[in-house]
Amino acid sequence: MKVLVPVKRVIDSNVKARVKPDQSGVDLANVKMAMNPFCEIAVEEAVRLKEKGIVSEIVVVSIGPAQAQETIRTALAMGGDRGLLVQSDVDLEPLAVAKVLKAVADEEQPGLILMGKQAIDGDNNAVGQMLSALLGWPQATFASKIEISGSSAKVTREVDGGLQTLDVALPAVITADLRLNEPRYASLPNIMKAKKKDLAVKAVGDYGVDIAPRLTVLKVAEPPKRAGGIKVETADDMVAKLKTEAGVL
Amino acid sequence: MTVLVIADHDGKSIREDTLKTVTAAAQLGDVDILVAGKGVDGAAAAAAKITGVKKVLVAESDALGHGMAEAFEALVVPLAAGYDAVLIPSTSQGKNIAPRIAAKLDVAPITDVIQIVDASTFVRPIYAGNALETVKSSDAKKVITVRPTAFKPAGEGGSGAISKIDAGAGAGAGGAKFISEEIVKSDRPELGAAKIVVSGGRAMGSAEEFTRVIEPLADLLGGAVGASRAAVDAGYAPNDYQVGQTGKVVAPDLYIAIGISGAIQHLAGMKDSKVIVAINKDPDAPIFAVADYGLVSDYKTAVPDLMAALKKAGK
Repeated sequence: MKVLVPVKRVIDSNVKARVKPDQSGVDLANVKMAMNPFCEIAVEEAVRLKEKGIVSEIVVVSIGPAQAQETIRTALAMGGDRGLLVQSDVDLEPLAVAKVLKAVADEEQPGLILMGKQAIDGDNNAVGQMLSALLGWPQATFASKIEISGSSAKVTREVDGGLQTLDVALPAVITADLRLNEPRYASLPNIMKAKKKDLAVKAVGDYGVDIAPRLTVLKVAEPPKRAGGIKVETADDMVAKLKTEAGVL
Repeated sequence: MTVLVIADHDGKSIREDTLKTVTAAAQLGDVDILVAGKGVDGAAAAAAKITGVKKVLVAESDALGHGMAEAFEALVVPLAAGYDAVLIPSTSQGKNIAPRIAAKLDVAPITDVIQIVDASTFVRPIYAGNALETVKSSDAKKVITVRPTAFKPAGEGGSGAISKIDAGAGAGAGGAKFISEEIVKSDRPELGAAKIVVSGGRAMGSAEEFTRVIEPLADLLGGAVGASRAAVDAGYAPNDYQVGQTGKVVAPDLYIAIGISGAIQHLAGMKDSKVIVAINKDPDAPIFAVADYGLVSDYKTAVPDLMAALKKAGK
């Protein structure tokens, strides 16, 4: 079975995002970039499925600037087989990303699309569900466990209050949650090998899909800062403050 | 403008997240509410009493009862023709279904909205809450998920008309089948709706210690139990306790963080709480920068002291 794994290049998750002084967006100049952590989990899961002999080929796709090739190479070093960059120098909205990915899926005909549940920049948590709807495939979001047998996948999902288990017929779209696995670090030999793997580059225009933005960002602002509070000396002082000053007891 | 709210409910009652979404919806226009599931008479009756709700649409099928996204898509997409906006609480279920509905309507979803500026302009957090983005949508129809903590719950006192609608295409879920569900049963209030939340962090050191320290304090205060991602990842607390950008976003009246350092990702999940209390033995822990009241002390002595002081104060 062929698996398609979409990945996104985003700000490194250990770097604090800073808003530009003119409020036009978040400052990404000279900021360390990395693969979105949820995408890493999806790549890892695909590699594990390949190691189990369930998956035969892992195709990694990214939609983004030329530098997203580095992100694809990282996924190839983890165990992906070949890459595809759909180059777009403007940041696409989730709906447009889903439409481009649908076009890629129509070409590649994977048996499974495994992707992160959300990117840590836009925090939309939308592309997987949208792609699944556009393809007319079943979806299993927020996966914490995936077992594939024959033509279906049993997926345990993290839902409010607990877990839900679904059985989805393949092809399907599965989105990875945090606890699905712990992604490996690529070894040096694998990083070297990944440089020789096939990485095709296409332009987003090649797919002829409607990527016109629907949303205009008017402003990106810092959230209101919480004024720092005080330190109390004892638990008794704490309770007194909560009772009289804060009025929350 | 007419707005359809898709209720999050447990069949018998309406979750508070839905009441808060109705408040957001009422800022846009007239509100109808869809209660879809299986065996939802109680929830439908409760929905009819929400202030401002005009009509309650009830649709029932097994697939809807299991919250299958494919069934919700099939039910809501044709219904949406009669509305200018569809609003859904940003719960795990809301996040599961909203983008799917939006894609079928060829609409860009606007997720996790915390403020409605006007009929097409909304504020939402990005980058784990480190920035707030104001976006204007050019879509004729809007599909929006609402971050419940940003809105007050709608009151009771309405008398909406309940009408059953055909689950129609929502009867099936295509290639997806429900197998099972494990929902943790608890007498404590729900984490997202609790007035008081007591959370523990990695300092607890073990699941036993987490239970021994955090739960009695939460129970004394009638609060919910939360945890940092570090505590959840270490296996000290179940994943549905997790407060943070990748877990639950909470905004109780009182949030007590015990042995939590205050990583960005945790702060994103609780910094809108009315009053924040932090107990940590490290005076430089980032949690103190957002705490209204800090106590620099080892939790091992501070929590028993706090419980004694609370009991003395009549708790």
